[in-house]
Amino acid sequence: MDIFGIPIQALMGQLLIGLINGSFYAILSLGLAIIFGLLNIINFAHGALYMMGAFFAWIGLAWLGINYWVALIAVPAVVGALGMLIERTMLKHLYKLDHLYGLLLTFGLALIIEGLFRYRFGISGESYPVPELLSGGFNLGFMFLPKYRAWVVAVSLVVCFGSWFIIERTKLGSYLRAGTENPQLLQAFGINVPLMITLTYGFGVALAALAGVLAAPVFQVNPVMGSNLIIVVFAVVVIGGMGSIMGAIVTGLGLGLIEGLTRVFYPEASAVVIFVIMGIVLLLRPAGLFGRER
Amino acid sequence: MNGKHIGWIVLLLLGLVAPFLVYPVLVMKILCFALFACAFNLLLGYTGLLSFGHSAFLGSAGYLCGYTVQGLGLSPELGLLAGTAGAAALGFIFGSLAIRRAGIYFAMITLALAQLVYFLALQFPFTGGEDGMQGIPRGHLFGLIDLSDTMNMYFFVLAVFLFGFWVIDRAIDSPFGQVLKAIRENEARAISLGYDVDRYKLLAFVLSAALAGLAGATKTLVFQLASLTDVHWHMSGEVVLMTLLGGVGTVFGPIVGATIVVSLQNYGAELGQWVTVLTGTIFVVCVLAFRRGVVGEVALLIKRSGIRP
Repeated sequence: MDIFGIPIQALMGQLLIGLINGSFYAILSLGLAIIFGLLNIINFAHGALYMMGAFFAWIGLAWLGINYWVALIAVPAVVGALGMLIERTMLKHLYKLDHLYGLLLTFGLALIIEGLFRYRFGISGESYPVPELLSGGFNLGFMFLPKYRAWVVAVSLVVCFGSWFIIERTKLGSYLRAGTENPQLLQAFGINVPLMITLTYGFGVALAALAGVLAAPVFQVNPVMGSNLIIVVFAVVVIGGMGSIMGAIVTGLGLGLIEGLTRVFYPEASAVVIFVIMGIVLLLRPAGLFGRER
Repeated sequence: MNGKHIGWIVLLLLGLVAPFLVYPVLVMKILCFALFACAFNLLLGYTGLLSFGHSAFLGSAGYLCGYTVQGLGLSPELGLLAGTAGAAALGFIFGSLAIRRAGIYFAMITLALAQLVYFLALQFPFTGGEDGMQGIPRGHLFGLIDLSDTMNMYFFVLAVFLFGFWVIDRAIDSPFGQVLKAIRENEARAISLGYDVDRYKLLAFVLSAALAGLAGATKTLVFQLASLTDVHWHMSGEVVLMTLLGGVGTVFGPIVGATIVVSLQNYGAELGQWVTVLTGTIFVVCVLAFRRGVVGEVALLIKRSGIRP
């Protein structure tokens, strides 16, 4: 069976890969958006922390015998704690300065993290086995769906919509949104805003690490996996705009799918299609699809 | 005679003496990166725009220059011209898109566009992909001066650098530069005073891109090589570091910063992967504790000590 002369298996396969990539774009741009909302900082280290998440999962398994399921919880917790430490010791001092300094500081952190891992592990990369429970797959008749890939998409959807629910529908989320609008006023109401900022950064970073653990069995775990991804995620953020949580999720997933389709119909352009879309969006809707100027 | 005149004289003297004291190719490399950083500083230091995509101009100008000289067999000055013009055109495209957003978005857009250029450079046939363009001839300047001679090449590079630096210096001091500073300080006010802010930003961006291109094209002639390194985003980060370390918004800061960073990379080559870690650490330290940079701190010291140069 063919669609536009493309075998349906190939089409579905690429769409699935697109959906997986889209899941990572969604989780990472969600984290960036949450952090940006409260800290006004673009976390350049996001990609490096994602890579760190993947490596910690690998180190856990290879050196300490910690299995995937424990890593799924423990690694984001550890990396999130590290993030909070970074916020307390460094980022905290930058809030009164131009926002660009936050970008520069986290860029420096990204270089340090990437350099350390490159020093220890080289650039060839390690592979992480798919956990036993999720190996194999389903034969859907028109395509073969590996269980692990279905799991990645499912988890990221749960995480994304769970975060959306917490932020948009709960009391805790209302503090976060209030802090984004006006931190001074929120502080005046007796909320500990500095603590909230620390926790928010920790949460955003933990999301990146979670994406890293999820990615470990799908991609090669290597020190540059984060920097290659983060630039695409930046483009996703520019396209979606950082004004809305749902916007970040939808844009991330959608662009992953578009990238997958491009790989089927015009493979040469698959690496650049998101950047081209970014250019077009900037021409037509400079604030981004879901954005508001701030 | 003020501080800037002294700076120019010191710069000229150093430029004339340096190749006899240090390995000339290293000095040429420093000069190319110094011009690159000065061009970048025009944007960050004087207009307040952080471009994270300047590698695209450096790198693509390098490829264009290499193609003009090697592929078309034209003379080196035409190579520089082609590289500069190409970078300016690219700068126009980047600038037109990026100035639609401000601040942090501006940085992300330029970074993403530069990544687009990186992928194009990887895929275009004439760039040689992973191998790059190698063995680009230096040729004869104006058909007369043999640039394969190291000293001839050196003084040519020095002349190119001084020309580029002079252009930037003039631009900063001109009424145009004053408007740029006004935009940096208070964009809303510049708009209310009737300045077409977007046009000024775009012009500054194109000028910065063109001079970054001049630096990239010159670098290609020096090393007879155009490669993916120059279009990679690491390069965009490096130029930010040079400017930050030397002193953002100071005339001579980027030159000092470029000298430190290039020397560090040269003499620290055996550090291997640690260079990246070291670069990152310098970044963090600069942002946290050393935001004025070397030249900024020195200027402050002089001011505090009450000496009027």
